[in-house]
This record gives sequence, C-alpha cells and structure tokens, in this order.
Amino acid sequence: MKIEHKKKLDYLFKGFLIFTSLVSIFVTLAIVIALIEDTIKFFTHQEAGGFPTSLIRFFTEREWTPTFEIKKIGIWPLLCGTFLIAFIAMIISVPLGLVIAVYLSEFASYRIKESVKPWLDFLEAVPTVVYGYFALLGVTPLLQWILGKFGLVVEGMNALSPGIVLGIMILPFTASLVEDSLRGVPQYLREASYSLGASKLETAFKVVVPAARSGILSAYLLGASRAIGETMVVAVAAGMFPNLTLNPLEPVQTITGYIVQVALGDLPFNSFEYLSIFAAGFLLFIVSLFFNLLAIYFKSKIERY
Amino acid sequence: MHYKTLERIFSFLGILFILFAMLFLFAIAIKLFVDGMHRIFDLKFYTSYPSRFPDQAGILSSLVGTIYVMAGAIFWSIFLGVPAGIYLEEFGGKGRIARIIEANITNLSAVPSIIYGLLALGIFVYRFNFGESILTAGLTLGLLMLPVIVVTTRESLRRIPRAIREGAYALGATNYELVFHHLLPYSFGGILTGVIIATSRAIGETAPLLTIGALTFIAFLPPPPWEDFIGMLKSPFTVLPIQMFNWVSRPQEEFHYNAAAAGFILLVVCLLLNSVSFYLRYKLRKKYTW
Repeated sequence: MKIEHKKKLDYLFKGFLIFTSLVSIFVTLAIVIALIEDTIKFFTHQEAGGFPTSLIRFFTEREWTPTFEIKKIGIWPLLCGTFLIAFIAMIISVPLGLVIAVYLSEFASYRIKESVKPWLDFLEAVPTVVYGYFALLGVTPLLQWILGKFGLVVEGMNALSPGIVLGIMILPFTASLVEDSLRGVPQYLREASYSLGASKLETAFKVVVPAARSGILSAYLLGASRAIGETMVVAVAAGMFPNLTLNPLEPVQTITGYIVQVALGDLPFNSFEYLSIFAAGFLLFIVSLFFNLLAIYFKSKIERY
Repeated sequence: MHYKTLERIFSFLGILFILFAMLFLFAIAIKLFVDGMHRIFDLKFYTSYPSRFPDQAGILSSLVGTIYVMAGAIFWSIFLGVPAGIYLEEFGGKGRIARIIEANITNLSAVPSIIYGLLALGIFVYRFNFGESILTAGLTLGLLMLPVIVVTTRESLRRIPRAIREGAYALGATNYELVFHHLLPYSFGGILTGVIIATSRAIGETAPLLTIGALTFIAFLPPPPWEDFIGMLKSPFTVLPIQMFNWVSRPQEEFHYNAAAAGFILLVVCLLLNSVSFYLRYKLRKKYTW
C-alpha cells in the first residue's frame, strides 16, 4: 500500500475512534434532553393544570395518583418511600461495611483476603430481580415470623424487607470502596500510632478511619445513590401503593417502583401517564446526580499525605 | 479489657459479618433451588412457552430472547466501547475533550439503570421508531454495558509497556497498524474479561427492559436471523429476568415456583460468567510479565 493511502486510512481510523468516544456524550445529552423535554410536557399538560400551578402542585400535594380519575401529583409519597428504603439500606450497610472493610484492610491476612474477595464479588453479580424474589418470599415471611412474636404486624409488602436486602446488596460495593480508601492511608501513620503505644484496634479506629474519612463518606454516598436508583427489589417487595409514611412495616412505593408499575401497562405516547414517569424519572436522575457529585466532591477532599 | 481480647473480638466480628453476607448468598441460592426444584429438573420447562397454567409454563421464548438481546448488546458495547477506550487511553491525551468524555463515562456508570430505560423509551421506541423490539433492547443493554467496557479496555491497555508502542512507530507503523497488530492482541484477554463481567451484569438487568415494553407472554419465537434479519430485529421479545419478574408478581403460589426455577438458572449463569472472568484474570496475571 502506498504511504498516502496509509495516511488516509489512518485519519479515517482516528476519526472512527473519536466518533465512538463522542457517543458517550451523545448518550448523556440524549438522556438529559429526553427527560427534560417530557418533564416540561408533563408540567404544561392540560390535566395537570398547566405550568405554574402544576409545579406548585407537584411539591405541595400529599398524594400521587396520576393514573387515577382524580389526578393528584404530589411527589412526596414517592420521594418519602425512596428515601425510607434507602435509609434502611444504609442502616444495614454502613456499620457492616465499615467493620468488614476495617477487618479486611487492617486485620485479615493476605490469604483470608484473597479467598473472601471473590465471594463478595459474587454477591454483587446476583441479578437484582433474584434479590427481589428473596426479599418478597424469603425475608418478608421471616420478618413476619420474628416481629410477629413482638406483636407487630408486618404486611406482605413493606419497606423493611427490601431495605434490608438492598443494604446487603450494596454491601460488597461500599465495603470494597471503603477498603480502598483505608488502604490509601500511608503506613507511617499507623507506625507512628503504634510507636506511641496504641493498640491495633485503637490505630484502626482513631487514626486510620479518621484519616480516610472523606473517602469513606464518598463510598457511602455512592452506595446510597445505588440504593435510591435500584428498581427490581423495591418493585417486587415494597408494594405498589404511594404511601406518605415513615413506618417501615407498611407498603410504600418508590420512584423506580412507580416507573415500573406504569411501564407495565400499555402507554400511549405523550399521554399524561407516559409523561408522569419521565417527570418522576427526572427527579430520580437529579437526586442520584446530586449524590454522585457530592461523592466526587468528598473524593477530591481526600488528603494526600 | 485487655487490648488483645478486644482485637480478637473485633476480628471475630469482621469474620462474622463476612460470613453473614456469604450466608445471604447461599440462602438465596438454596431458597431458589428448593422452591423451584421440580421445575428445574423438568425438561418441559425449557421447551415450552409461557402459559396460563403454571405447570405447563416454560421459558423457551425468554431463553431465546435473552440470547438474541444479549448478542445485540455485546455487539453494540464492543463496537462502541473498545474504540472509545483505545481513543481515551492512547490518543486522547490530556486535552479538554478527553477529560470531558472521561468524566462523562464515570457519570454514566452511576446513572440508575431505569433511567436508561426511560431514554430508550423516549428516544429509541418513540422518536427513532425502532418499536418495542429486540433491536431496542440490545441497544439499551449495550449502552448500559458501555462504561464497564471502556474502563476495562483502558486498564488492560495501560498494562502494555511504552516500548511496544515506540518500537512499532519506529518501524513505521501507522496508528491503525499499532492498534491492530500490537495493542489489541496483547490486551485481548483483559478486554474479554471486561466483556464477560459486563455481560453477566446485563443478563440480570430487568428494569430498563420493563420500561421499553418487554412482553411477558410470548408464545412464538423471533424468526432466525439467517432467514429474516430485519424481522428478527423488529420482533417483540421477552428475556429471562422479565419472565421471572412476571411470575413473581402474580398472586398464585404455583407461579412462584416457576419464578424460583427461572431465577436459579439466571443465578447459575451469572455466577458461571463471573467465575470465568476470575479464572481469566488469574491466568492473565501469570501470562504477561513485561
């Protein structure tokens, strides 16, 4: 082949490479445009009462019934359900993740670490709908049995069991991120602490963990963002009833659960129901973006020693 | 208390929590196996279509659908992800565009998967008019796999020493030749690991396919691609996780057994794929020592 032809081919090749990397930008733009466009249509829709009132209704009404005859579009029940479940998940995930991470990075021998890691990764590979099945038919009956002994009534659909399952589901993710940031703490800090006579446990919790605190915080924020965006576990086990409650034993609906519920029906393009899942999805996108940006901010705060 | 005792208690606590997490995994596997046992070993389960009668319902159409959809997803994610990874790692440099793309890919991997479903519904289904088809599903899952593939491609390229690139350029190789004669062969294993991991994640993915209108009751197979490729791409679909979701959300208990059986198969496939990627990574670590 002549050198000129080779050069031309090379340009083409590089153009192709650049094009494929730009696709990721197009995808992001497409997500944002699709979400914003349909969200605007939702807020200017006749049935919601046009733009200014519908946005006010979105944040002031206390019921979410866009699919019913009488349409109420208060987002709070969905937001409340989303955060309730994510909160339960974090209650499980934060202490367990911290202990596992500290144990693996400061105490465990190399061999234990190597043999434990793949199992934690397996936990991450389980399909989410399988977790949903387990929450509904494994954890909920168990909770009903245990809490029933204390006289508490757990409904078949509740916020507690998907919360617990979600907490364990994100555990490998948060634990490995926390462990990474613990490992980023330089060895001489530990040695300085030992030389002052501190025990291993004191070093771990009074020196290493505080030194890695921004990394740990960032890990938990990413975990929380996952719990907020997770769909199948809550769609199966949390119920389909938008409920403004903080009682974890009652059924709730999350934003993702609502999107699934509506998407299961036949959706005419640009109908009010169709637009409502985009409005809800846009809010979900904003919330998870906020958590991710916060996580990135805290990650940038990690001190370099 | 003596600090040694405290340390021992803490170590015990750490192991206990890890065991608890593992126990969870085993509990899931056992629960699915026990619940779905009589369907898992039932040959008709694999060769029949969904049905109103739980005992006659099977997963044939969802198995075939999974294969077609995943073939599409793997094609798109490799076609778009590997070149993007090569560009960012080799030619992007530290420029502004490369930085924006990089931040973007990090952000994309943190977007909830159901948002991808909304994107697919709004853009592919209604604006591009691809319909609720195998093509749309493949594209959607392909985009979902994209960030993983880009990241692993970059990581495996990073392990190749500079000397190889300089040697190739010194002998007059063009970028194209460098990539196809040197970089891709050496990084093939790493990229393959990434593809397998991304595949195992996408196979279990349900939410984005639900929003683009995966049907749960399909009693026919899409035309085979060698006869009618376009017809195959345009045909409606169902996949294993969707079939399982449909069964688990029904009130009748008999359908839950079907869901358990489908879930068990799904779990086994995902764990198998993950084990393969572990094995590959382990082998690769030994193969190349530059």
